[in-house]
Amino acid sequence: MAEMDTSGGGHKKKGPGVKKSKKQSTRVDLTPMVDLGFLLITFFIFTTTMSQPTAMKLNLPKDTDKPDEQNKLKESAALTVMPAKNNQVFYYEGLDPTKIQSANFKGIRDVILDKKKRTDPKDFMVIIKPTQDATYKNTVDMLDEMKIDDVKRFALVDITPDEYKIVTLTEQANGIK
Amino acid sequence: MPRAKIPRKSTSIDMTAMCDVAFLLLSFFILATKFKPPEALTVTTPNSVSSKVAPDKNVVLITIDKDAKVYFSVSDGNTSEKKDIIDAVNTAKNLGLTDAEKKNFSTNPTAYIGVPFTQLKALLDKNPADLKGYAMPGIPVKDSTDNELVDWVRAAVGAFQGAKMNLLVKGDDASKYPSFQGVIIAFKKNDQLKFQMVTNPVGAPVGTELYNAQQKSGSKSSE
Repeated sequence: MAEMDTSGGGHKKKGPGVKKSKKQSTRVDLTPMVDLGFLLITFFIFTTTMSQPTAMKLNLPKDTDKPDEQNKLKESAALTVMPAKNNQVFYYEGLDPTKIQSANFKGIRDVILDKKKRTDPKDFMVIIKPTQDATYKNTVDMLDEMKIDDVKRFALVDITPDEYKIVTLTEQANGIK
Repeated sequence: MPRAKIPRKSTSIDMTAMCDVAFLLLSFFILATKFKPPEALTVTTPNSVSSKVAPDKNVVLITIDKDAKVYFSVSDGNTSEKKDIIDAVNTAKNLGLTDAEKKNFSTNPTAYIGVPFTQLKALLDKNPADLKGYAMPGIPVKDSTDNELVDWVRAAVGAFQGAKMNLLVKGDDASKYPSFQGVIIAFKKNDQLKFQMVTNPVGAPVGTELYNAQQKSGSKSSE
């Protein structure tokens, strides 16, 4: 394969007086070449970026003051989740923020699924209100959670000062700094 | 006891086959490699189950770094749009940028803006090569009365008129929410209600509804 036969077909008699040169082996040691090949392979394996970044779509609701353009929300079908500091999540059902309960990112899935089971899928809606202390990752995780749990209606809404106050009070009561 | 005589064999192996495989793999990786463009900003993006590949053309990218500073940039190919954007901003804010300064933004492929309008002239005066390691304060977004990103997005919307503009937000895991909120406000004020967030793909957690749905549709990717 790699050794080429360069000795030529038949040996023709060279002219008189021409010395017959010694036939040298044409076998090449391929080991360094293989070494080099694998070195380059390792290099390209390490530098290659196989996974391309993906993008997550988000559609914002339009802010409107006209009541007939606003989305109606049944109180019983609403679940408000509030990502807060230290990867904590607070949530309450309905529209009364004083009924706040705390969970973490692992636990919130059960909360959402539980609520989803109990509510009419047509009305069910999750409202995400990240606090000032939540990170961007928390927010994206929450939006991702909507997709994982197949929640059709959700909205990213600013937190009200009252709710933030309740969240901070609860945090203090739970000893979260 | 008479021993069976083992014929001595040569220990040198024919490397040819191995060489072939090595170079086959090598050529595969060379062709499959897409080098990461050198990023001036290092941002760790969060994970998501989304499997839609982020667009790379006609992109207006808003980057939020780990200190919650906001940067504005436009994808490489859109030189004319970049020119329109910087022109629009210059006129709207009366910055008095010279042509050279404008050109500095529109022709530099990696140009990103992370300064308030008051410092924009000084930033564009700099040689693009000197910008490495230059700490920018970020575009102010947190104050609702002084959200300068609104003007940038407005300029971008004007420049991309007719073409499809992809609004991308690339945020760092650790950045706090108010910056992101400021970015959303800037989008909303310009009626840009659709945008995308750059994330790292992960698989759907086992046992969830999305996971089941993906299994059912033959692991077809959901959007």
